[in-house]
Amino acid sequence: MKKILILGGGTGGTIMANKLRSILDRSEWDITLVDQYKTHYYQPGFLFIPFGIYNKNDVIKPKSDFFPPGVNVIFSEIDLIEGDKNQVKLGNGKILNYDFMILATGTQTRPEETPGLKEDLWYKRIFDFYTIEGAVALREFIKTWEGGRLVMNIAEIPFKCPVAPLEFVFLADAYFHEAGIRDKINITYVTPLPGAFTKPHATKMLSGLLEEKNIKVIPEFYLERVDNKEKKIISYDGQEIPFDLLTIVPVNMGNDLIERSGMGDDLNFVPTDKQTLRSEKYENIFVLGDASNIPTSKAGSVVHFAAEVLLENLLSSIDGKPLYAKFDGHANCYIETGFGKGSIIDFNYDTEPLPGTFPLPGVGPFGLLQNTKFNHYGKVIFRWIYWHILLKGKELPIGPNMSMAGKKL
Amino acid sequence: MATKNYAGVAIDVNDEGYLTDPAQWTKEVAAELAKEEEIELTDKHYEVLQFLREETAKGSPLTIRKVGKSGIVDIKGLYELFPGGPLKKSSRIAGIDKPSSCV
Repeated sequence: MKKILILGGGTGGTIMANKLRSILDRSEWDITLVDQYKTHYYQPGFLFIPFGIYNKNDVIKPKSDFFPPGVNVIFSEIDLIEGDKNQVKLGNGKILNYDFMILATGTQTRPEETPGLKEDLWYKRIFDFYTIEGAVALREFIKTWEGGRLVMNIAEIPFKCPVAPLEFVFLADAYFHEAGIRDKINITYVTPLPGAFTKPHATKMLSGLLEEKNIKVIPEFYLERVDNKEKKIISYDGQEIPFDLLTIVPVNMGNDLIERSGMGDDLNFVPTDKQTLRSEKYENIFVLGDASNIPTSKAGSVVHFAAEVLLENLLSSIDGKPLYAKFDGHANCYIETGFGKGSIIDFNYDTEPLPGTFPLPGVGPFGLLQNTKFNHYGKVIFRWIYWHILLKGKELPIGPNMSMAGKKL
Repeated sequence: MATKNYAGVAIDVNDEGYLTDPAQWTKEVAAELAKEEEIELTDKHYEVLQFLREETAKGSPLTIRKVGKSGIVDIKGLYELFPGGPLKKSSRIAGIDKPSSCV
């Protein structure tokens, strides 16, 4: 019996378990998936929790609902990957061997990487919305907040879902408008990058929204520490920004397992061939999604597209053939802009988000880089698609590689 | 796309003055790019520039934190070498792309 081991039962690991089990012969291939936690979170929904649009129950389901029969699922901590021996050591000392491994251990927020961030004001005036705990605590705070300085800060790049902090400030603007207290709130978007938008077409098409919504942008602010007493964020070059409510994207890092196993870069992301999705260190390990260091967004859509390429290359590898499938870095993301509207972007390693229609040229129904009600409906419907189609590894009517059809240069 | 003369050579640059072909970069070009940013390059600067170019060639995304962990210079030191937007300026002088997001 040959063995495939999947580490991580999030979006990527679950998709691969479903795809592989439906293709590989059960009498020849044993598939095992290991994850530490039993709950699957619909992470795009976290963004809606602070504004009371979703609650906790809207974004959680048991992971086991999505694993197919015929996959051995082990809920356990993982102590070490020993790539030279083709084995993994679990937390209880048990050894799992593999012929091929799919590494899908994701990215995590690390507020403790920034001095002062996870101290007195944590979950009192400082919140993340990348964890269920953070999103729910932020909801409780916002419910009774009477106004002041709202600062949205990104501590470091790369981070999961690069458009989420933009969506957050757009939704906050709309929420406080509707609550009748927008005039009592200053919203500031603070980023280490040269701007809130950095790509020419996206800047041209969408940066007006920030001005229109009266959201101030402070670029090139690289967070050093948080002063809890004075309620200020302070950058390495001594800029200080006071806040009453700080929403933060903490430093993102790959799982500690990656570091312990000597497989990561300085942020514990796994060096991965950006086209074949194979680990640069081990020929029989493939890396899917946020855990890898491939230069595209850390996002579920990327995982979904990359999974198809990874599957083809894994099958080639099993047959001893060259890896011919090439991932292009395709990502497709909704951007909620508030007041029931949204935008959508579609891009890859080489092509920045361009205006146009998606997925059908000239028809849409989605408008790329445009701000429409229909784009927002797309995001609303997407939750159903995620649970029922995407996680199950079923086909969606969009190929893995980006298409130029419908895009305008 | 435009061409600009640096160190006696015609170099391709984009609207924001970043090199579009990292292969056209030389130390001399870097020195002239640095002058436009009002920076006089030292050996330390060149070490940082070399690091940025090597990491970029490997395809790994650059961050200030990564430079800070490089052993060449810490984060405060990087700010001193390239005051006011260290990664933006050092990237331009290193002949690589401006740090960017997906949008």
